[in-house]
Amino acid sequence: MRIPMTEYLIIDLDTERWNCKVCNQDLGEARGNYKEGTLVYDRDPTEIHQSILDPEKYEFTFAPDPTFCRILEFYCPGCGTQLETEYVPPGHPPTVDMLWDIDSLRETWIKRGTKPETVINYGPGEEAVADFTPALGSYNTHNHSPHSFS
Amino acid sequence: MTLTANERSTTGAAGDKAGDKAGDTADDASQPLTAQEQQWVDQFMDETTLFLGPDPAIMRSHQITSRSAYEEECISKGVDPIKVDRIRKRLAGALDEGYEMCEAMGAAPGAKWGDLTTAIYTAEGDVTYLSCHGVIAFSAILHHPIRYIMKYWKDEPTVGINPGDGFIHNDARYGNVHNTDQSMIMPIFREGKIIAWVAATIHEGENGACEPGGMPSGSETPFDDGLRMSPFKIVEKGDLRRDLLTFLQHSVRDPKLQLADLKVKIGAVQRIQERVDSIIDEVGVETFVAALRVTVEDVEQEVKRRISELPDGTVSFNQFMDSTLKENILIKFACKVTVKGDKMTVDLRGTGPEILNRAINSPLCSVKSMMMQAILAFWWPDLPRCTSAMSPIDIISDEHTWADAGYDAPMGQSLQASFRGFSALQTAFAKMQFSNPEKFSNVLAPWFNQINTFLWGGLTQHGDQVGNLCADLNGMGGGAKAFRDGEDAVSPLFCAMADTAEQEVMEEEVPFMQLVSKRIVRDNQGFGKNSGGMGYEMIVAAEGTPMWGFMTVTSGSKFSSVTGMFGGYGCSTTPLAMVKGINIYDVIRKDSSKFDLSMERIMNEQPYEGGKYTTSHMGLQFDVAKDGEMYMIAQGSGGGYGDVLERDPEAVAKDLELGRISPKVATSIYGVVWDPETFVVDQEATTRLRHDSRQARIARGKPYKEFLEGYVKSEPPKDLLYYGSWGDDTEELTATHFTNNGPERVKATIDKLPLIMLPDRREVKISALEDRIRELELKHGEVVHRKS
Repeated sequence: MRIPMTEYLIIDLDTERWNCKVCNQDLGEARGNYKEGTLVYDRDPTEIHQSILDPEKYEFTFAPDPTFCRILEFYCPGCGTQLETEYVPPGHPPTVDMLWDIDSLRETWIKRGTKPETVINYGPGEEAVADFTPALGSYNTHNHSPHSFS
Repeated sequence: MTLTANERSTTGAAGDKAGDKAGDTADDASQPLTAQEQQWVDQFMDETTLFLGPDPAIMRSHQITSRSAYEEECISKGVDPIKVDRIRKRLAGALDEGYEMCEAMGAAPGAKWGDLTTAIYTAEGDVTYLSCHGVIAFSAILHHPIRYIMKYWKDEPTVGINPGDGFIHNDARYGNVHNTDQSMIMPIFREGKIIAWVAATIHEGENGACEPGGMPSGSETPFDDGLRMSPFKIVEKGDLRRDLLTFLQHSVRDPKLQLADLKVKIGAVQRIQERVDSIIDEVGVETFVAALRVTVEDVEQEVKRRISELPDGTVSFNQFMDSTLKENILIKFACKVTVKGDKMTVDLRGTGPEILNRAINSPLCSVKSMMMQAILAFWWPDLPRCTSAMSPIDIISDEHTWADAGYDAPMGQSLQASFRGFSALQTAFAKMQFSNPEKFSNVLAPWFNQINTFLWGGLTQHGDQVGNLCADLNGMGGGAKAFRDGEDAVSPLFCAMADTAEQEVMEEEVPFMQLVSKRIVRDNQGFGKNSGGMGYEMIVAAEGTPMWGFMTVTSGSKFSSVTGMFGGYGCSTTPLAMVKGINIYDVIRKDSSKFDLSMERIMNEQPYEGGKYTTSHMGLQFDVAKDGEMYMIAQGSGGGYGDVLERDPEAVAKDLELGRISPKVATSIYGVVWDPETFVVDQEATTRLRHDSRQARIARGKPYKEFLEGYVKSEPPKDLLYYGSWGDDTEELTATHFTNNGPERVKATIDKLPLIMLPDRREVKISALEDRIRELELKHGEVVHRKS
């Protein structure tokens, strides 16, 4: 069974791997840090948050100071989707932002007895519909793992 | 570290007295006291307590109390859930009535825009119910002063608690969001027994601090923070004590405000008490007490259940703040949230140390209050606003960090740390709840988290001395949702229903205008598949007053204050811009066409001859504003959600057509191609550009491990004043310590760090200029004899 853990990241409980939701690229051990399976780029923040006031005239311009702030961009190596960003001081180690207890996650979903793509949404409200079927549906339906709910 | 007054007080009142005694008499160090001796010592210490400071046993706890014998007795007689529900609804109505009284009659600008709350508490001080409107953060904070009153004043012969009494309080060291909020706390008695408490709390603004408005960015000692009201009785058996009122009025810049809002709060609380009286008359005191207690316990149980539905694991989120509000530094706010079963732990270790001569420090209780704001407004907004909503969550924090500051640290602008506490939990929750089918709030990118507004003070056109702030604080951009853009300038993180107020109404009372108000700043957007709500700009200028000034109290001019979510970007940074040496009113009186203003145009075109155009970070201490001098700032935006290359191209074209984003952003960030005449999207060219952009990412991105080898450094850049852990795998904090020989970088655990104080930035600047003068004198061979 495959569980969407973020907008672009899926945990496959059968293989215990992180996968990209967009292209299914393998991103490493689900018990570990998905960032290890990504491509990373050290972005000068002024390229994203560009100066509105003239940087030739002023120190403070709406653009971050690249000597204080960098944006780490984490890409899927398969499709180039930007999976995550992180704002850090120059040279600061990236944060391991998620570590999940895979055994407990599996146990929880077995107990729930439901398919993630049919029960996970973005929260209350008519608009908050999440469609994970393209990424999960066929896999969860055709998977023959003892933990799947086909 | 120094012995804090906090520790002094407990040593004097209720600390390890035997240990103190042993310390004083070295010869007897190993000899334990007899029971009789211990009793004498205890009695002596109780009778000769020098000072009852904040009580750590009260201040470190955010858990609810256990059932009292009386509550147990009331509950044992049976609890009818339907009756409890009716009581809750009646209480909600009563509290909303009290809230509306404060909002309608309050004199403080904060009251007018809804920055207040009313609440009912159990006898032990646990918040049972908060008004539906207002600031939820108070549900995690006001049990502290009530427990203090119960512990220290209830049986104190010179104080006591009687029907009709009211206690006032503001100092966050005794439990508050921050010192500008003032509470009126009154007990409810039945048959000589306290059975509940009712309180009203308003963001009053002015509190006699070193700068007007109650939130001084310039405070360098706790004594610069203004009124330091530990909980004390100011209403005795229904009568407001004039002597104490006079003392308070004498201590602040706005004595009328101090009186008016005290009366408003007393009136609101008494009205709520009348409603409570009628509920008790109807259901009986035991049922009423049982209902208060059961509500608190029910919420705690439900929170445990909701935690157990979240996936087990750890989500980490680090924030870096770029300012002390006097100079630019980087200080870390570290947070790891771990869920296991029905337990949640929030670990703040790694957070930077307190800075003992800057205003940004916060007591832990204030940080917790903003965590509660995230929990009850952004995680589970359907729950009754009870103290118990945070009871099952353990919080690990090192005392003497800037988010858990000691007694001796100034806290005038404590929101800098406490709002980071909000963001830590609000941001982490998107990851914690994403896979959970049971959600009570939407998956959301970070909300803007800064106080981008003007504080002001001086003499009004009516001759009144005042100090307060603009309601634009409440125009924070909302975070993007997983399924739609965030809302522009929608509400502050701390109060969903706060209003940005009518500027024209304000102008009747204060001698300045907002020449530009609520104009969206182009490109000031958290970019993403769904974009963050945008912020607007404000340009103010005073006129017609003998003395007026402005302040700003915000960080985030060099390092973005909020990040994005799931591939989206965070907010821009925001500058303070000023034009001095001109009078804009004279300019526009001569030629009204020059009224078409924007910060971008004024600063880039510099159209006013003789004007001095400057930018700075947004920590402006009280700055005297001459007639017509312009001060310009912008609200920030919420974080963006998802990959920018997935944004609907039509939404990009619409933003472009409306002037919300520039052509450069549409192309370089969003990868959209369009017809500049018609704004019609060229779908094929957009698809090609986006495909190329993804390929470019793959080409420039480095595999993670290879990237770390080139990027990660063992310590912060040499010239950066950095405070906090460097990376997450260390217990040591990095800090720059200023010694006789100048700045020195140190690395140690919090208990071994030296006291951190920063040098006066003007002295630093003068010193640099003097060095430059000497360099030039040497270069040009000029000999100058100076005496020191």
